[in-house]
Amino acid sequence: MSRSLRPLFATAVIFAIAYALAVMQFPSMFSTRVLGNFLTDNAFLGITAVGMTFVIISGGIDLSVGAVIGFTGVLVAVLISWAGWHPLAAFGMALAVAALFGAVMGLAIHYLQVPAFIVTLAGMFLARGGASVITQDSVPVSHEFYDWISDLVIRLPGGGRLSFIGLLMVAVFVVGALVAHRTRFGSYVYALGGNTVSASLMGVPVARTTVGVYMLSSVLAALAGIVFSLYTSAGYPLAAVGVELDAISAVVIGGTLLTGGYGFVLGTFIGVMLLGLVQTYIIFDGTLSSWWTKIVIGALLFLFIVLQRLIFAASAQGEKAS
Amino acid sequence: MPDEQFALEARGIVKIFGNHIALDAVDFGLRAGEVHALLGENGAGKSTLIKILTGAYQPDGGQVLANGQPVYLDNPQQAQGHGIGTVYQEVNLLPNRSVAENLFLGHQPTRFGLVDRRKMEREARTILSRYGLEIDPSSELGAYSVAVQQIVAIARAVELSGKVLILDEPTASLDRNEVERLFEIIRDLKARGLAVVFITHFLDQVFAVADRVTILRNGKLIETRALDDMSRTDVVRLMLGKDVAFSGATGVEDARPMGEVLLDFSNYGRKRSVHPFNLTIHKGEVIGVAGLLGSGRTEMARIMFGADAADEGEVSVAGKKTTIARPTDAIKHGFGFCPEDRKAEGIFGDLSVRENIVIALQGKLGWFSALNRDEQLEIAGRFGEAMDIRAASLDMPVKLLSGGNQQKVILSRWLATDPAFLILDEPTRGIDVGAHAEIVRTINRLRDEGLALVVISSELDEVVAYSSRIVVMRDREMVAELNGENINPGVIVQAIANHRDEELA
Repeated sequence: MSRSLRPLFATAVIFAIAYALAVMQFPSMFSTRVLGNFLTDNAFLGITAVGMTFVIISGGIDLSVGAVIGFTGVLVAVLISWAGWHPLAAFGMALAVAALFGAVMGLAIHYLQVPAFIVTLAGMFLARGGASVITQDSVPVSHEFYDWISDLVIRLPGGGRLSFIGLLMVAVFVVGALVAHRTRFGSYVYALGGNTVSASLMGVPVARTTVGVYMLSSVLAALAGIVFSLYTSAGYPLAAVGVELDAISAVVIGGTLLTGGYGFVLGTFIGVMLLGLVQTYIIFDGTLSSWWTKIVIGALLFLFIVLQRLIFAASAQGEKAS
Repeated sequence: MPDEQFALEARGIVKIFGNHIALDAVDFGLRAGEVHALLGENGAGKSTLIKILTGAYQPDGGQVLANGQPVYLDNPQQAQGHGIGTVYQEVNLLPNRSVAENLFLGHQPTRFGLVDRRKMEREARTILSRYGLEIDPSSELGAYSVAVQQIVAIARAVELSGKVLILDEPTASLDRNEVERLFEIIRDLKARGLAVVFITHFLDQVFAVADRVTILRNGKLIETRALDDMSRTDVVRLMLGKDVAFSGATGVEDARPMGEVLLDFSNYGRKRSVHPFNLTIHKGEVIGVAGLLGSGRTEMARIMFGADAADEGEVSVAGKKTTIARPTDAIKHGFGFCPEDRKAEGIFGDLSVRENIVIALQGKLGWFSALNRDEQLEIAGRFGEAMDIRAASLDMPVKLLSGGNQQKVILSRWLATDPAFLILDEPTRGIDVGAHAEIVRTINRLRDEGLALVVISSELDEVVAYSSRIVVMRDREMVAELNGENINPGVIVQAIANHRDEELA
């Protein structure tokens, strides 16, 4: 097995084992209902994590995504509830704003040579602050379009429901995987993460790719914000605080190397599902504090970072010696 | 010369960095079907000229013409579009991606907008076989040796560009067989009508493969001439702008008294790295290490210095048994190590020359006795002068220096710690003739001052010139130790080439 596949494989195995253990303790966790809710409840995180996967493979980081989700939720809610826009128009507006926002961050990262960490940190404060300036309160959304969307479900045998937003997340993953692994843009993203200097000497349009990566991340975060708004039927400026860190965790647990160059979109999907599993387990248990989720995620993250180090260190040595 | 059609031409190129003129009205013409060597000491402007021809830099004056038409090259991609491909000394490919993707990145065959991976790998296989490489195109490039990566880089440049191939010190990290293979490829490309620019520091290689030569010095064009009517001395004289006498490989006088024993390695080795070896090193002696690339030379140096820990055998320093498991142990015993890969393991590119020089000394002094700026400047200044480091200021980042000067900085770094034992791994690789001489002079001076040195080099003439003893490595094993009149290139080559069980005369 190629070394970059090993972390992915490890994640899949850990997910299977963890799920089997959970099902042994709570047999009802093995049902279409739980699986359907997995998708619905983690839809916004999953969509964000797809964008984050691209950013991290390119060797960057995007801390602004949680704030972009919050901002999008508020913007959409205000446009619909106060300004009377049709939700689709509001969604279009939100995506356009996010695209611009991501483009500006990408331009700053490329042309000003400022580390992505700093630029997106600034972006995070801007978006979060912007949302809070629009309103400090939760703005409810009630529109027939929202009701129509939430009625769009595929019922599964066993009482499960595949919601629109759950399916949307799956679709984003599929398209994301195609873009990452089967397009030139995708190969450029890996190239940037491998070695920016080589990439530019090989004729990779570094500026365009960098801007594209951050635009993609922001647009997907905005899409996640829309999903979140559909999910909660409200916009709240402090929504999705810390989601950027959950997304980064899901990406890393999914086998993407934090230093860039290696990773899989599919791995991120398993990462998101693993995080969802931990959360669901804690809800099923009922006696544990929900903060245990964070502890488990922390432990998993640490485990995976160590694992990746070991795998890459071991194979690097093997190559030198053999 | 308007009637002479060049595949690629530069006319009156001027490039200025700050207040330093890197290129001063340089003309350069390249014909199709020729191998054109570009020579000059480090800092002569070769790389700058290459970067302008490949679109990485834009000239401040003059113009670039492709097939007689003026072209504006804003980036490497445009240069590729005009048929200009480049292969750099440090292979600039992506070790994290597959071989096929490295060949086709940016030009992958697509079907319905998606990369057609199967077609890409099939074509990659065809291309690679043309260069005599039978490797799996879907495997990760980083798993292959530098030589293979170099060939992949050439294949990429030729396939994408197809008219002009610029080779920037392609042989620097290859061994002899690999160089020969590379030359076959170059001759083949020449026969196919490509124009090849070849940059190297090895004159032998220039005469082996090039048709014409262009010599730069201090940013000025000195000469462009066919190599047929030039001798080696002519070339060197033009490069240096003065007559230099080359001292022959005389060797060291045999009567030199051995100093006292400084180091003794017995059955010292590391699994999967170096077979156990025995080596006794005396004060005031230079031990040359010869052997092909990958023969275990560097590995031996690394375990001597504790960069890799030995897992068998013993070492004693000045008669006392000790362990050297980490570089800090080695430094405590007064060891110094100038690694082979200067950029990755030697210099701190962004730190200043001064900081690079004092850093090992500071490491030896420890946390609590920081050298203040004046002390640092004094030390750096002293060694900068002694080693003739050519830097505009001791406070400029060391990455802006030429390779030869960087090497002198690293050497100064260890000399500042007042070492007893120095390990130099390929100290003269990829540096210009002037700096080369300076480093060889320093090696001789240090030996006379009573230091013990281990010097690894691929240049047999060079090893022979300064070594008092030579050990030969082959297949990760020390296979011979040569003394006295056995120290000559012929015997070394024989030792490298010999079979394991044949005894050396």
